[in-house]
Amino acid sequence: MTVWDNARRARDSRLQAGARFAQGKRVAREDATALLEAVIQPGDRVCLEGDNQKQADLLAVALAAVDSGKIHDLHMVQSGVVLPEHLDVFEKGIAKRLDYAYSGPQSQRIARLLFGGQIELGAVHTYLELFARYYVDLTPQVALIAAVSADREGNLYTGPNTEDTPAIVEATAFKDGIVIAQVNEVVDKLPRVDIPGDWVNFVIESDKPFYVEPLFTRDPAAITETQILTAMLAIKGIYAPYGVQRLNHGIGFNTAAIELLLPTYAERLGLKGQIATHWALNPHPTLIPAIESGWVKQIHSFGSEVGMDDYIRARSDVYFTGPDGSLRSNRAFSQVAGLYACDMFIGATLQIDLQGNSSTVTADRVAGFGGAPNMGSDARGRRHPSKPWLQAGKEADPDSPAALRRGRKLVVQIGETFGEKNAPLFVEHLDALKLAEKLDLDLAPVMVYGDDVTHIVTEEGIANLLLCRDKDEREHAIRGVAGYTEVGRGRDRKLVQRLRERGVIQRPEDLGIDPLDADRNLLAARSIKDLVRWSGGLYAPPSKFRNW
Amino acid sequence: MEQLNYRHVAAKRAKGTQSQALVGVVASGNLEVLVERTLPDDECEIDIRTVVEGFGEVWRAVVADFVERRSPGGLKLSINDGGARPDMVALRLAQAVRAVEGERS
Repeated sequence: MTVWDNARRARDSRLQAGARFAQGKRVAREDATALLEAVIQPGDRVCLEGDNQKQADLLAVALAAVDSGKIHDLHMVQSGVVLPEHLDVFEKGIAKRLDYAYSGPQSQRIARLLFGGQIELGAVHTYLELFARYYVDLTPQVALIAAVSADREGNLYTGPNTEDTPAIVEATAFKDGIVIAQVNEVVDKLPRVDIPGDWVNFVIESDKPFYVEPLFTRDPAAITETQILTAMLAIKGIYAPYGVQRLNHGIGFNTAAIELLLPTYAERLGLKGQIATHWALNPHPTLIPAIESGWVKQIHSFGSEVGMDDYIRARSDVYFTGPDGSLRSNRAFSQVAGLYACDMFIGATLQIDLQGNSSTVTADRVAGFGGAPNMGSDARGRRHPSKPWLQAGKEADPDSPAALRRGRKLVVQIGETFGEKNAPLFVEHLDALKLAEKLDLDLAPVMVYGDDVTHIVTEEGIANLLLCRDKDEREHAIRGVAGYTEVGRGRDRKLVQRLRERGVIQRPEDLGIDPLDADRNLLAARSIKDLVRWSGGLYAPPSKFRNW
Repeated sequence: MEQLNYRHVAAKRAKGTQSQALVGVVASGNLEVLVERTLPDDECEIDIRTVVEGFGEVWRAVVADFVERRSPGGLKLSINDGGARPDMVALRLAQAVRAVEGERS
């Protein structure tokens, strides 16, 4: 007779093995490692919740301490590789294979482990792509997650940093997996229920709050005049003519400058209400002046940001909040929002090649992608019209009948032609290609594919790739804004001049912008302290950003 | 420390009568430009001291574009560079000319 519930039986026996360490669902933190040794089996797919911000750090330490004689060959399926323990499990032989999305803080060490062969790499995903695979071929047998608090039944309150938790738990709990949560405290009554208790098998109370990585705080004091110039170009040359209202920003200083120019420069251009009203965005502190000036109608967030919780609570007209008043974030939904309901993504990158492909992988750093590839791509399943989407589609394909023409998402790469340590933004060949060769990967880790990029903004001007009609024009549109990099100096000046005459390339003077006007006085806030002031004292920056 | 010197013919004399100006600061990633009106009206000279060696070709290109765009005839610009990127150099050079011309260009 065929057995149809093998996985359920296996789950029940794992639960039984774990129950030894539990009273009800509660497990003492001293028993965390023993619990993991009881419920995890060699070769399991394990999601150790490492999000963009929130980290299940107690469970990470506990997993890194299991006996690799008992637990080995794990397949880690988690979006963020952020904590040292996330890689310790590979060095110790506990885990073998990795499918992930983002590894910012561990980018150098993960590169070493990949080159050394200690990590067998599945793929570097975009968030949404990895979540999707949780439901198809990478469903976790065990999920180790983090929440703010739990009640006696195991209901969880995730607080402002809900992030990836619902996507992970749904996939695990409903496919016979085990869900173990670390919480900051166990309480009688939760402020709100984010994860129902019957989806959660074990709860461990941590001795300290889970770690949150502050990723989206950009100190206005560090914004340069060149970054302000690129911000002015973007506002006047892209946001205004396309009328971009629904958008997502990356986390770099150029886009922070744009946020800080909305209530000043953009306001003087008469753009208030015309642009930047609806956002898929983390709670960027640099957006506070624009919010306070009435620019922003609505923001949905992937996660929260350290220090922003009280401000968000006091601005519920703008942010999504629960009945308890605090932010409800959700990475999966916000990624979908960015993909399908935003007309523009604008962000920085580390390398752009002559086809417009961009990557944040360099020779010794594998930072992963995070959300950028989703935000920075055209959603082929999109069907609703909007002005920017239709206009971009028309520029790319002027000859097709309008009613049958696909629109295009605006995907803008913005940056200075030279980055840190004078590294050129523009290169003939991406370092990602070398990495793919070295690791024998089928795909080079390209963050945004060239055929999705519509504009490139540098201090030298804007290249509109939608208007390029062939490969050669495209290459020279890119060279034409590549400044004094080798790629830039390799331009055919006459061809670039012709592209400029057609508006494919726009210089600051073509847009009526004098680079000498790019002054720090244009920034609505010039320091973290200014941001605190704008927030009426509600924003509480983390100590590393306080210099007073 | 590397020293570079470029002399160019300028199409026009820089406006104004002010004899000198100083912009920027010597700091990591930044630079200081001292501009002096000491040369004949159709000449200009850019003298560079930089902590970063081996970028002569980039300096040459930045300086040539600067002379073409701003036409700084009669000016000697002395740069003390703390490893600024080309975009910053171009901006400071333009600011230096504006400062010595005494008005917005």
